[in-house]
Amino acid sequence: MTQHRAALRLRLASSSSRHSSSTRPVTLFLPSSSSSSSPSSPLHLSAKRIIDYVLLGITGKDFVLMAASKAAMRGPTILKAEDDKTRQLNKHNLMIYSGEAGDTVQFAEYINANISLYSMRNDSELRPEAVANFVRSELARSLRSRNAYSVNLLLGGVDPISEKPHLYWMDYLASLAPVPYAAHGYAQYYCLSTLDKHHHPDITLEQGLKLLTMCTDELKRRLPIDYKGVLVKVVTKDGVKVLDFDNDRIVKSA
Amino acid sequence: MSGYDRALSVFSPDGHVFQVEYAMEAVKRGTCAVGVKGKDVVVLGCEKRSALKLQDTRITPSKIATVDNHAVLAFAGLNADARILIDKARVEAQSHRLTVEDPVSIEYITKYIAGVQQRYTQSGGVRPFGISTLVVGFDPNDTVPRLYQTEPSGIYSAWKANAIGRSSKTVREFLERNHQEDMDREQTIQLTIKSLLEVVQTGAKNIEVAIMSPNQELEMLPEDQIESYVKSIETEKQEEAAKKKTGRGGTTTAAILTRGSGT
Repeated sequence: MTQHRAALRLRLASSSSRHSSSTRPVTLFLPSSSSSSSPSSPLHLSAKRIIDYVLLGITGKDFVLMAASKAAMRGPTILKAEDDKTRQLNKHNLMIYSGEAGDTVQFAEYINANISLYSMRNDSELRPEAVANFVRSELARSLRSRNAYSVNLLLGGVDPISEKPHLYWMDYLASLAPVPYAAHGYAQYYCLSTLDKHHHPDITLEQGLKLLTMCTDELKRRLPIDYKGVLVKVVTKDGVKVLDFDNDRIVKSA
Repeated sequence: MSGYDRALSVFSPDGHVFQVEYAMEAVKRGTCAVGVKGKDVVVLGCEKRSALKLQDTRITPSKIATVDNHAVLAFAGLNADARILIDKARVEAQSHRLTVEDPVSIEYITKYIAGVQQRYTQSGGVRPFGISTLVVGFDPNDTVPRLYQTEPSGIYSAWKANAIGRSSKTVREFLERNHQEDMDREQTIQLTIKSLLEVVQTGAKNIEVAIMSPNQELEMLPEDQIESYVKSIETEKQEEAAKKKTGRGGTTTAAILTRGSGT
């Protein structure tokens, strides 16, 4: 099995090495060049531009609500206002991601292909826990290579048998945590307190959306970046659905 | 022994590669598989070996395998060889998605499978795959059904309806007589099962049927439905037989009228 996964990986490696060979000289400008020369050190990652997008995840009674900002940025410039930073891995699992441009999509597609391959081979779906641990192990392996993926992500899924929602928080250093609600990037500073106060594991989807609106309102109020609204998807036992979300609400600052 | 069948990549003086021909012989000993194209449907039918008393049929692998969501494969020949080939096809299907962001076309994956089979007829230290395959499905964003066959030699070909494996000649001849253009779903399923019953003596429990429709996942026909198809085909055959020999003995006790009886 690993051999065949390696075959899949091979394709990817050939394309990604081309991509990274042009970015590698960046490592030369690291503050401590002595340690950066060691390939085992993740220090070279700091040279990568991890762009902070808004990623939010909220679990409820029988759903996981996932929201990702729609702006694609490079430095201070917005390149696109309708970017989709989500990827459906199988019927009941959704991944949302942010990080170094290029790495994100490349990593998501790689994970996507391998999880589809698993379903094809075994005639069954990976459960959320299995997906999360697979993604973690792939990211952890990549981290210890010369050109690691710099991707932060949230994994939301519903176990099709127990119908319980699951949400996992994972950062580019491949630390994984199961959480009831999660945020990545600047959104953490503004939203976690709101979620701490108002979240309850038994909330309905309606209450979940209300909670999400509270979070995005707070971001609009405090975050001095226009993230172009969020794309909202919900995972339930019936699969993944896009939800209408009012991004044009006007929020006055306090 | 002429000695020309010892090494794989050696021709006999009259131009045969014996190992490949032996592989084709292994296919003929495998259980039968049928593929039939309809107007906007394609159906695969397989002969299933009857399970032993203590065998767990729920987890015994099927002869019909999904290569991707839109591409399905049935094979005849050595099961173990098929597993390897199917896995290679699955990896290629995902790999294709990853590199060109599109699912494979049915012709592409057939060509790939045939390519792998050909490679195993011309390399050292290996033996050919002892399987033929029927690859069916729909190309992405397309509603035209596709049906291809591959052989151990690496040949591939497109068909309207075809059979591989044991007694495939009988079944193919039956299909040649009974295939029509633009069959609907029901007709296609019926023709598939009917053609299989030419060689499968034991009826519904030894048949499996898979149906592919545009933009839909593979559908395995439940056993009770196969059963009812088989029943209706049998009564149809009996009526026909009764018509032929009117007056004599009425309905004969032949529960399953098979090969050549009605035709």
